[in-house]
Amino acid sequence: MDTETRIPNPVRPAFTQGERDDTVIVNIGPSHPATHGTVQIIAELDGERVLRTDIHCGYLHRGFEKECESHTWHNLIPYVDRLNYVSALVNDFAYCEAVEKLMGIEITPRCRYLRTLLSEYSRLVDHLTCVAAGLMELGAMTAFLYLVMVRDFMYEHLADLTGARVTYTYGRIGGLARDLPDGWLKRLSEILVQYEEFVGRVHGLVDRNRIFIDRMRNVGTITTAEALDYGFTGPILRSTGAPRDLRKDTPYLAYAELDFEVPVGINGDNYDRYYVRMREMDESVWMMRQLMEMLPAGPINVDDRRCTLPDKKLVYTEIESLINHFKLIIDGPKVPAGEVYSAHESPNGELGFYLVSKGGGTPWKMHVRAPSFVHMGGVHRMIDGDQLADIVPTFGSVNMIGGECDR
Amino acid sequence: MADDIFERLQAALGPGAASSSVAHGIAVFEIAPAALTGFVARLKGEFGFDLFLDVTAVDWLPQAPRFEVVWHFYSTTHKVRVRLKVRVPESDATVDSLVAHYGSARFMERECHEMYGIDFRGNDDLRPILLYEGFEGHPLRKDYDKEHEQPLVPYRT
Repeated sequence: MDTETRIPNPVRPAFTQGERDDTVIVNIGPSHPATHGTVQIIAELDGERVLRTDIHCGYLHRGFEKECESHTWHNLIPYVDRLNYVSALVNDFAYCEAVEKLMGIEITPRCRYLRTLLSEYSRLVDHLTCVAAGLMELGAMTAFLYLVMVRDFMYEHLADLTGARVTYTYGRIGGLARDLPDGWLKRLSEILVQYEEFVGRVHGLVDRNRIFIDRMRNVGTITTAEALDYGFTGPILRSTGAPRDLRKDTPYLAYAELDFEVPVGINGDNYDRYYVRMREMDESVWMMRQLMEMLPAGPINVDDRRCTLPDKKLVYTEIESLINHFKLIIDGPKVPAGEVYSAHESPNGELGFYLVSKGGGTPWKMHVRAPSFVHMGGVHRMIDGDQLADIVPTFGSVNMIGGECDR
Repeated sequence: MADDIFERLQAALGPGAASSSVAHGIAVFEIAPAALTGFVARLKGEFGFDLFLDVTAVDWLPQAPRFEVVWHFYSTTHKVRVRLKVRVPESDATVDSLVAHYGSARFMERECHEMYGIDFRGNDDLRPILLYEGFEGHPLRKDYDKEHEQPLVPYRT
């Protein structure tokens, strides 16, 4: 039995014939050891040079948006966790904020600062992963181990807070799952010092390394105009020199009160994306240190019976709280009819949630504007024209996360 | 500053729209399908909405017209967003494509096409992205049953 009849091809390539007769068309992926995630690249090559590419994602599609239409608003939080599973907290908070906007809820000050702190923590973890994996693919195994070791300290530390290493389900509509455990902030400041030590070593190892520069400089270049045209946001757009950052442009959470810079690149190439991410991590650490000082005492959940579960003691002792608890779990929080688009600056770019409610306990529609997915529509502009081997660092610097790309 | 640009938008583009409002910090315009490309050209050219965020649709079954196609745009100069909405019936679920104005529209319209079956006139590449070639129906339509499975590779028994 030939392969063609046994497993039908899920994609239709944009081209099957070369434009010239001396070129060759190769298929890379969908499961390839040198690409992050499951993505298929069909490329026309002239020797080692890539002439054009056709990029297919969708191998991890699991029907996120359809599934969301049949669960209560609260039950969606574990699902949104699994969009960008490297920085799940940002997804949680962006989604919760969208629902809170529809319900007209203002979160408590402690929750606002904690969400900001944890968003920056997530960004740190995400950038560490991206930079580490990108370096490893170029053979810089030491740098990879340094960064991933620090990342693992952070994973363990976040597990102390949330109970999970990667998919935290920590946000709640109107608040957070639980407050900080004792000694959590002390350990955080220790980890940040360790981060600085190891990131300093990575700077020393790669920043002026001849091999690294040759592989990264002027590779995967994109201009600001092209990046905007293709909807690029986040570090990719900033690497071209455009200081577009939602944390500064449309401040949400506590960002308006923080002192930070928006690092930008010059060329829009792989080296600039590496450096923008490295600088952004330093800014995140600086923000987290400010937030640790600013963190006020007080409740983490709003006192609003429409979304916050009543205290367990009351559920067991008074009938109103018992009914309230049952109603919130079984029917879900009643979100007023309306529509909202709410976006946060996720580590990869603009992460937006477009929600439509008809006034019930479940959404009528849930749409996520995931940066990785939009980037897949324009990444061929960064790959075409370079060498075949450049696909690896370029794709690495785009940092496609299969979870939010394919949802 | 956001209020200022919203007032200018409503003064300039409001008359061409069926309705205009500001909801949760976003200017919302409902327009007729035929007015779409002209509207977007002015939005981009005169008001600097240079970032095409996304396009999706809402299935309002059993209302008629059934679908509401929704676009979001962002302006990097004014730092505000605009939402455009167009209602189209099931029998003629077609709107004009925005590929002439925004490169990212090409990819985003592909997704909306496979999920809702909206046709984008002028987009020559509407291959499925998340689904496979030959998938029947449009899964995000309300009349597509969530339990309905169409595995490309048959399940092992």
